[in-house]
Amino acid sequence: MIESAVSVLAAMMLGLGSFFMISGALGILRFPDFYSRMHAASMTDTLGTYLIIGGLMFTAGWGLPLFKLTLILVFIFFTSPTAGHALAKSAQLSELRLGGEQSGSAKPGAGGVHSDQHPDSRDLARADRV
Amino acid sequence: MELILDITLLSLLLVTAVYIAWTRDLFAAVMLAGIYGLLSASFFMSMGAVDVAFTEAAVGAGISPLLMLSTLAICGRAQRANPQRAILALISVTVVGLLLISATLEMPAFGSPDAPAHLHVAPRYLTDSMREIGIPNVVTSVLASYRAFDTLGEVVVIFTAGLGVLSLLGLQGETLPRQVQSPMAEPSHLVLRVVGKVLVPPIMLFALYVQFHGEYGPGGGFQAGVIFAVGFILYSLVFGLDAVERIVNRSLVQALAALGVLVYGTVGVLGIVSGRNYLDYSGLAGDSVTGQHLGIIAIELGVGITVAAVMMLVFFVFSAQLVRGRVVQHAS
Repeated sequence: MIESAVSVLAAMMLGLGSFFMISGALGILRFPDFYSRMHAASMTDTLGTYLIIGGLMFTAGWGLPLFKLTLILVFIFFTSPTAGHALAKSAQLSELRLGGEQSGSAKPGAGGVHSDQHPDSRDLARADRV
Repeated sequence: MELILDITLLSLLLVTAVYIAWTRDLFAAVMLAGIYGLLSASFFMSMGAVDVAFTEAAVGAGISPLLMLSTLAICGRAQRANPQRAILALISVTVVGLLLISATLEMPAFGSPDAPAHLHVAPRYLTDSMREIGIPNVVTSVLASYRAFDTLGEVVVIFTAGLGVLSLLGLQGETLPRQVQSPMAEPSHLVLRVVGKVLVPPIMLFALYVQFHGEYGPGGGFQAGVIFAVGFILYSLVFGLDAVERIVNRSLVQALAALGVLVYGTVGVLGIVSGRNYLDYSGLAGDSVTGQHLGIIAIELGVGITVAAVMMLVFFVFSAQLVRGRVVQHAS
């Protein structure tokens, strides 16, 4: 009884984690500017990974694999938000603003539509010159 | 299912490789090279080669993109267009690729049971390793005992690479002015500093675990050396080069890079002294299995020391070059 409940829980967590992974990947591809894409990436990293590792922990049973998965979880718990923070901070330091402030043609949030060049790649090119 | 996974991984590898060759943006190329390393690690993993996958993940996806990024920090991220050289490169790549493809035509089919790899020495290693060497991980017993001479060659290659970098970049301008800090060393990067400080000890501990657990599971000197070096590199990224050089002196790292090779070679000579062949550890202790144990631990330690020292050395030399470039820029 408890075993089947645990495996159902594990399957739910794995499925939900995979859903967050896929939606995060779609977000990285589809979102218009750097900061919203970074939101998608951090979402994948934190929620998706936690759910998947949590689901694996339920299937692992008591033993060394469970301990190792816990260590991985703790490691990601520290590194993933820090990576997101570092990305945002370096974007801010290189004066990357939300799309559309410095050039008239770029509308905010419409980056993928009006041209094939992503708005923030132009912003990055500008930031390199600064 | 496994076939679908293999096909997906291999096609992703192909796409990544083509895009690396295609793109002009070197930063993207470096990141894609890291992805390439991770994909090949996953592919090795699905083939069941756990040790190779571990090495590829640590080296291909871990430290080599890091070293390439530090090169880009010195050289800039845009590739200079040069059509003549591009044509020359394309011709040579095509010729080498055709030669490689024609060489694979001679090879036995993948997984074929009568391939030389499965008939020659591999069955003997697999059946006799437990009796002769007495360690559970056959990969380590092949790498560190049966094929120890090949591994010595690999360690010497890494040492030579370190020497090459050192002779190109390291010997000039030892007394450079040190006003310019790492950009991360500003007090405003509080999160990075705290997390970096918290993460360094677990990384070192994990490296030691990988180093000494290599006989029982995937791991060994190469992976452990890279992970150990990454601990120091992380510290120097967050706190600046000076902070690291206060802990490990550059000349100490240089000496350690040579010491690892020396330990390896000395264990081999001890094999001769004990009346066996070079790098045959059976005579190192009264019992031949214990001797093999001792020898493997000693040479894995040598490998780990050399790999860690050379990786740290290359990174330190690169970042010292970067600092020097900034100083020159500030002066002019």
